[in-house]
Amino acid sequence: MRIALIDYGAGNLTSVLKGFRAAGDEPGIPGAPADLAGCAGIVVPGVGHFAATSSIADAWRAAITRRVEAGVPFLGICLGMQWLFEGSEEAPGMAGLGLLAGRCARIEAERPLKVPHVGWNALDVRRHSPILDAIEDGTQVYFTHSFAGPVTPECCASTTHGQAFAAVVQRDNVAGVQFHPEKSGAAGLRILRNFLAMTRS
Amino acid sequence: MLSKRIIACLDVRDGSVVKGVNFEDLRNAGDPAALARRYNAEGIDELVILDVTATIEARRAIAATIRAVSSELFIPLAVGGGIRTGADAAAVIEAGADKVSLNTAALADPALITSLAELYGSQAVIVAIDAKRDGDRWIVFTRSGRDGTTREAGEWAREAEHRGAGEILLTSIDRDGTRTGFDCELTALVAGAVSIPVIASGGAGTFEHFHDVFTLGQADAALAASVFHYSEHAVAELKSYLAQRGLPIRSCSSPP
Repeated sequence: MRIALIDYGAGNLTSVLKGFRAAGDEPGIPGAPADLAGCAGIVVPGVGHFAATSSIADAWRAAITRRVEAGVPFLGICLGMQWLFEGSEEAPGMAGLGLLAGRCARIEAERPLKVPHVGWNALDVRRHSPILDAIEDGTQVYFTHSFAGPVTPECCASTTHGQAFAAVVQRDNVAGVQFHPEKSGAAGLRILRNFLAMTRS
Repeated sequence: MLSKRIIACLDVRDGSVVKGVNFEDLRNAGDPAALARRYNAEGIDELVILDVTATIEARRAIAATIRAVSSELFIPLAVGGGIRTGADAAAVIEAGADKVSLNTAALADPALITSLAELYGSQAVIVAIDAKRDGDRWIVFTRSGRDGTTREAGEWAREAEHRGAGEILLTSIDRDGTRTGFDCELTALVAGAVSIPVIASGGAGTFEHFHDVFTLGQADAALAASVFHYSEHAVAELKSYLAQRGLPIRSCSSPP
């Protein structure tokens, strides 16, 4: 398989698969860590509680880390992006992949704002990056989450809901989006195509 | 800033949209996928497909509709109507729905909310509440408004949230179909009772009604069906109206 979509039981993959199909690729779902050998891109989706990432077994973590260190592009979506950080206060005892510095925290927002943060909100683009190619400042995308990663030097777009949090991160071949590109209309599909372009360059 | 969502509801029976749809340039005006495509082009923020059939054959038809819509439209899609069991929910989610909307089944078996939230995440579970005014209270009804319960809307919404619901879809039975405006009092009551988003439904007749339910009613989203059918550009015009009145609304301009 060219693009490996990691299925660890956190939510359903149907929408992500359909999004990638529309963006021009057909991800495979690897059955074993060894299946990652030779893939050109790794996508970790996921929704729900950070603890769900504990079902990504150590063997998977090791295989994913090896491929990413070898330069294979990685895209984390929603919970998959949070997993890139060192951890999350949602499940304090659990380690994330630790490819990005910092920890995820619950969004601090006061009424009338609500948490979970659900709906379309704007990307405040902070710097250009391949994952955001052709995405304009202020583009709206669809979020649904209660926790988020911090704004660090890897953050290329933030979003504000009570506070600013990392909406898009990228460092070299490692990218993450807190929103759902597969549910964010044409802008979301463009971001998926941007990731596919990273896997071809 | 988080936008107020405009949601279009498609009432589907035997594979066709039930409520009067009269777009001249739609080859098959009753085709839900064609209507969904139209709304998407106008900038709708989300779609709800409400299955108003009950037979096994029709359930297969709704799955085909969900597949058709979700394969070409990349905005959130919720499906409700007749979802009684985990298997019902799995069928529509596997077909491509992002969220399931539970109503009668959630009241009959509140544990279903929790089991679906654990399986798919709270963001995938909407609890739909149909409420009717009774003096200064709003009573919850089931079976499309036929059966009254002992529950009050705000109290049931809180329990639904506690059990794992990610959103509340709140319909005023008194206003539904009247085009006299959303029940802003009911909406504000429930919006104040929970910390999850509340989608207001029932009574939309004018653009101002949407403004009212977002301000007075404190709704996070507003849902309508027939009001979007009357003019070809209703969704785009509504969003433009609300934006001009200062509400945060997703712009309809075409992205890259």
